[in-house]
Amino acid sequence: MTIRRWIAAAAAALMLLAFAPGTQAAPKDTLTIGVAQFPSSLNPYIDSLVVRNYVLEFAVRPVTAFDPAWKNTCMLCTEVPTLANGLVRIVDLPGGGKGMDVTIKLKPDLKWGDGVPVTSRDLEFTWQAATNPKSGFSSPHLWGRVKGVSIVDAHTAVLHLAKVQNLYNSWDTLLPAHIEAPIFAKGVADGSYIKTSAYNAAPTTPGLWDGPYLVSKYQSGVEIVLKPNPYWPGRKPAIRTIVIKLIENTAALEQNLLSGDIDMVAGEGIGLTIDQALELQKKYPKRFQYSFRPSLTYEHIDLQIDNPILKDVRVRQALIYAVNRKLMVDKLFGGMQPVADTWVNPLDQYHTDNVMKYPYDRKQAAALLKAAGWTPGAGGICHDAKGQPLELTLMTTSGNRLRELQEQVLQSMWKQACIKVDIKNEPPRTLFGTTVKHRSYTGMVMYAWSSNPGDSPRQTLSCGEIGTAANHWTGDNAIAFCDRRMDADISAAETELDPAKLKATWVDMQQIYARAARVIPLFFRADEHVYPLGLKGYTPTGHGDMTPLWAENWHF
Amino acid sequence: MTSYLGRRVLQSLLVLLVMSFVIYGLIGLMPGDPLDIMLASTPGLTPQAVARLRAIYGLDQPLVLRYWHWLIAALHGNLGYSRLHSVPVMAVLLPALWQTTKLMTASFVVSVAGAFGLGIVAARRPGGVADGLIGLLAFGGMSVPVFWLALMMILVFAVQLHWLPASGISTVGEGGLLDVLRHLVLPVVTLSLATMGGFIRYVRASMIETLRMDHVRTARAKGASERRVVLVHAFRNALIPVVTIMALSFGTLFNGALITETMYAQPGMGKMIYDAIQGNDFNLALSGLLFATMVTLLSNLVADLAYGWLDPRIALK
Repeated sequence: MTIRRWIAAAAAALMLLAFAPGTQAAPKDTLTIGVAQFPSSLNPYIDSLVVRNYVLEFAVRPVTAFDPAWKNTCMLCTEVPTLANGLVRIVDLPGGGKGMDVTIKLKPDLKWGDGVPVTSRDLEFTWQAATNPKSGFSSPHLWGRVKGVSIVDAHTAVLHLAKVQNLYNSWDTLLPAHIEAPIFAKGVADGSYIKTSAYNAAPTTPGLWDGPYLVSKYQSGVEIVLKPNPYWPGRKPAIRTIVIKLIENTAALEQNLLSGDIDMVAGEGIGLTIDQALELQKKYPKRFQYSFRPSLTYEHIDLQIDNPILKDVRVRQALIYAVNRKLMVDKLFGGMQPVADTWVNPLDQYHTDNVMKYPYDRKQAAALLKAAGWTPGAGGICHDAKGQPLELTLMTTSGNRLRELQEQVLQSMWKQACIKVDIKNEPPRTLFGTTVKHRSYTGMVMYAWSSNPGDSPRQTLSCGEIGTAANHWTGDNAIAFCDRRMDADISAAETELDPAKLKATWVDMQQIYARAARVIPLFFRADEHVYPLGLKGYTPTGHGDMTPLWAENWHF
Repeated sequence: MTSYLGRRVLQSLLVLLVMSFVIYGLIGLMPGDPLDIMLASTPGLTPQAVARLRAIYGLDQPLVLRYWHWLIAALHGNLGYSRLHSVPVMAVLLPALWQTTKLMTASFVVSVAGAFGLGIVAARRPGGVADGLIGLLAFGGMSVPVFWLALMMILVFAVQLHWLPASGISTVGEGGLLDVLRHLVLPVVTLSLATMGGFIRYVRASMIETLRMDHVRTARAKGASERRVVLVHAFRNALIPVVTIMALSFGTLFNGALITETMYAQPGMGKMIYDAIQGNDFNLALSGLLFATMVTLLSNLVADLAYGWLDPRIALK
């Protein structure tokens, strides 16, 4: 065969492959969703990742969830337990003090994907597994509040809480006792359960799933295929196949969307970046549906209180006054991300506008710096009386293009206010694994965290949650914030049952936070949803209970 | 020959042993351990829970002891558990290896075949039009970033022409041979174009040098056809330096196609190793890197053996 013939044969083969029937012929009842991350495990309790929750919400349902209107609703239960409807009772504890009994009534027709009914035993097993120190779960989640479970009947159980608390009606997903209990019993003693759990060893087992979909194929790091659960008692899913496909590179993710290889991109921070979605909307306004829903992800800058410069509250406040956050959000994010005053999202019922605000005001920033002993000197940088320059380090996650853009904008704004800022970034694993946890940053560190509506700020703002070597750096109070009044408010915010008093407590917490200026609040990230034109019933929520929790309503 | 082979295999095993310790140590020296990463994404972990999790994952032991336990288990065929994928390491390693083998072998064959053909054509008339055009292609392939090349390929062949899938390894519900091949075309072409440039330059240079040698001139004087002179008398001799480069490249290709794999969502070894290092998955990272080392050592051994075949004057002792 001559070289020409070889070339001709290769070209013919390529043409054959190119014109062979391909992905474009996907039927309307298949929805392929692109994601830029992949879950490490499908066990609901082993670790905590947004992408894991996103996938699970197609296939497992929590007992209760916040709906798209941010209202707590029943998913597996018949009625949200409240004091008013008698499903919650305040009780006297044997050793003194008050506790609560919360009655959960499960829907009677619920079944796991293998036809086995979902019962109170599943609830009891979930509590036992989640609170067993040897389970290997990263945390007991909401079940940590429960000290005992009494089974009333197959679909009714009473949860005994050791103290009075106001988040008594939020409850997590259940584990199937008929599958997981024997594995748990075998592996819990030597800590091997997290490795042998059926969610990891055989994730396509139908009995693991009680939602409208089942995991029918799981290829780690590639894709997850979901098919309807034949035993789902609710509305039958109209979309017969959902494929969740990993494409880590967001530029490639965008091209896959345009090529039709994927139909949509998950919008909960695990798909396109907001600038990509805005650009896509600009270029192809009629090709997809777009939604930018402000979320609970709070982008902010922590200030290192051990830095002598940042010990002075006037300097910290000047730093905030000197940045035009509104302009930054408008220019970088098309105004889609609301500027934050505190960690509480404006959509949250406990949010208040009655806090100390820091609108962009360079004169005010200069006055505060002057009062703190900093005056403009050589090179337009402020110096103190000893000649020390006003110089700080700003850190964030390297490789995060948007954050690096934000850094440049902030650096330039601070320079105009005579504050020199040096940028020093680290890979996420180092920044979050060590620097933030151990508070080893010297000046400022920019990142985001997320919470659920009404979540207590204990983890991030109470004295007891400051990480130290002694507690294995387990605290999440990364700014080492310690204020007695805040601590008292946090305790009250967890236990107060009177709505008016509860709101007043939340207002006070936000006011303390804003006055202290220990953090520069930037904005709340918007979830960027790009989904097919014909897709109906798709409602972004903006909080941790994501769109797939209502996937059975999606249809073309 | 047998004693040479035995010696080389022993040397390779020693290198693997040393490398396993070095890699394990280096990963251990990186800031943050797997629990630190879990801590960052799980608010509310108690000190007791952290201590328990450290014990479960064996992170409460000194690094040397952890390495020793890993080594003993590995010698018994147990490479450990991948924390990142929540399955045994072999369950991640084997599919990634299979995917990489498909991708790398296809692209290696395409790039080597292309380089041989184009390198020879360029070498026959150095400075000619064909040489210029081939040089342009070679330098283009070497200098264009793979990331950009991959994006352009997706843009043209998937987004604009809709000829080929943009990513993945197969279509859900299909997965036949033709479907798998269609998914391989773009990554293979991208990788081939990226690696072919260097190979072309080596083949061309080696061929130019060989075509000037006395035995080639003698063959021409004896009346051998130009095709025979080039393919039989010159090409085989020109291969010796080229084989070394290709053997080294094969090892690199096996673990270094991270960008191509990421852009085309191909779950191969490069991406697996990268993710394992980023996620502090000690067992998986170590196994992947050791396997990559093994492929490099093996391809070098194959290259050395090939010398003897290409030039009988080279004796392997």
